[in-house]
Amino acid sequence: MQSLVIVAHGSHLNPDSSAPTHNHADTIRAVGAFDEVRTGFWKEEPSLREVLRTVEGDEIYVVPLFISEGYFTEQVIPRELRLDGWDVSEWDSDGLSASHTVLTATDIDREVHYCGPVGTHEAMTDVLVRRAESVTGDPDVGDGFGFAVVGHGTERNENSAKAIEYHADRIREMDRFDEVQALYMDEEPEVDDVTDYFESEDVVVVPLFIADGFHTQEDIPEDMGLTDDYRTGYDIPAVVDGHRIWYAGAVGTEGLTADVILERAEEAGASIGDALEAVRERTRSTGTSDSAGSNEPAMGD
Amino acid sequence: MTADEVVLSAEVFEAFRTAIADGPIDFDDLYARYDHETERFEFETTETTRTGLSEAELHEAAEEHASFVTNWWFVSSVLGDRSADRVAFVRWLEAADEHPVPARYDALASGMDRSWGELHIMATIDETGQRSYEIRHEDDAAVSTDALDVYTNPLDAREIGTFDSGGQYRPLRTAPSLPTGWVFPDLSAIEVCETVDAFYPATIANWYRESEGTLDIDHWRDTAERQTGIYGIIDELDEAAVNRIAASCCVDSQCLKRREWEYDAETELSADGGSGVFPCREPCSLVVAAARKWTTLEREEPQTYEFELTPSEKEQLEALIDAVADDRTDDIREADVYEGANRYRARYLREKRIDEHGNLSGTPTHPEESEE
Repeated sequence: MQSLVIVAHGSHLNPDSSAPTHNHADTIRAVGAFDEVRTGFWKEEPSLREVLRTVEGDEIYVVPLFISEGYFTEQVIPRELRLDGWDVSEWDSDGLSASHTVLTATDIDREVHYCGPVGTHEAMTDVLVRRAESVTGDPDVGDGFGFAVVGHGTERNENSAKAIEYHADRIREMDRFDEVQALYMDEEPEVDDVTDYFESEDVVVVPLFIADGFHTQEDIPEDMGLTDDYRTGYDIPAVVDGHRIWYAGAVGTEGLTADVILERAEEAGASIGDALEAVRERTRSTGTSDSAGSNEPAMGD
Repeated sequence: MTADEVVLSAEVFEAFRTAIADGPIDFDDLYARYDHETERFEFETTETTRTGLSEAELHEAAEEHASFVTNWWFVSSVLGDRSADRVAFVRWLEAADEHPVPARYDALASGMDRSWGELHIMATIDETGQRSYEIRHEDDAAVSTDALDVYTNPLDAREIGTFDSGGQYRPLRTAPSLPTGWVFPDLSAIEVCETVDAFYPATIANWYRESEGTLDIDHWRDTAERQTGIYGIIDELDEAAVNRIAASCCVDSQCLKRREWEYDAETELSADGGSGVFPCREPCSLVVAAARKWTTLEREEPQTYEFELTPSEKEQLEALIDAVADDRTDDIREADVYEGANRYRARYLREKRIDEHGNLSGTPTHPEESEE
């Protein structure tokens, strides 16, 4: 019996935080790639401490729904899941290349395949592009458009910026958008000055975040000048300094993120049949682009 | 329906006969075996003992005592490859340890109730021995199903449990604030476990471990010392503070788990742990996050302030704290000015006793700073 466990941060304050995790779990359940799909959270329930004891399968794949390698993937999750003998060298990563390792979870005395985070997988680039398609409503968006990938800076986590650069480079290499730029909340080039970095009249802005919350719904829209007060909402696109800013909200809310979760598990050895195809199709037709237009006030954590 | 009226299907009998050929069955007052030498069957329950049976005679016995055979089939086939905790939970729903099969079938025919947190779970049985389950809020136990929103997908329980009846987010799934007005009227044995797990994650697993004597409890000290990052400071809290946390957060009025963790393995907390059916095996993330705040607050030194209040104003402050702590502010009627925590009373007190800087009785919080 093959089980997928998606682990994520969650929030005590904001139900939107875990919504993408549940949505992607439901997508993967619907395509039947795993006998069971479970979710576990740092801040919600079941907790990371107890999620594995709810798992019935004997082939267990744990995929962190996090943006970058760092404190959570390297310390918190292995500790809370009780992965015996974990050491960050298990991943032999340069900060972007963590793929998977096999360790015994002492809580259940069974082996688990512990995968690298979703955000650093190459397939996440496709999700960023899909997000641009969703927010513009144009499956061929690119020509005449600039693309900004937004993240925290290096202040909190050096690898966070690496992931932003990595995906920005890959989007640039696609030669699909006229301009591609990595922007940051804490450092230069800053998202506040987004219009300074683009010549294109239309700019899609996609934050490399898992869930919508304080940063993506309040900080970034206000910093970019989409609105003076996030509570009053903003237009998509919103005109700022003569540019049309298509602000997409957190990339992790895009349905195609489920594909990246599956890719991580498959690389760790899960047999998922044609689930990748099914998820790509399913998320294209059902999409979750509506979340880009909503701007419910939400507190961060 | 009674236990005597249970019908044995051809499918169940075939499964039964095949299983006996592989080895004896000894389950819930049913014993059956096949003697390969004599090519005869034995069939025994609390109601009958038959030996030297042909296959036809075995079939006859099985039909006459179909409750025993369908009961075996339910556990071996329907629950066959489920985890031990879920099997135990489903068996607990019908009090399998307490009642012999025929009495249990009679009880199931009219419905057996169990309480799990705020959930009211009812198990029933049909004439083939197939169980089905209904889950609703315990406060809706007497409400007509027609008056409730009907759900069929266990995962819908996740959405139902995300907000309370006032629309507030419920970060703690086991808080006693589950909204009412819904029902899952017809769940299978597997679905009832999934639904319970969606309302109250991991409670079945921990309840089972406890019943087996293998619940792994992480006491406060274990949990606090494990923390890193911004929570690394919570091990500063002493036993008295941890006791206050348990009394504030972990009592039945706040969480339906029964607290089994203590300050450490040798030091019990005096706060009430509650009487819930499922255990709490370590301080949860909400307690850890709140403890971080209390850790920084407990670093402050007490200071003597001088306030001027009338006796009634002092009592009003106490009433305000009580109303917030007991979550009663919404219950206090708008015009009930006899309640200290009434909004108008609070506004009057603020007008009279709190100055334009927000200081009670004009007394600065940090007198030295305000003099500078």
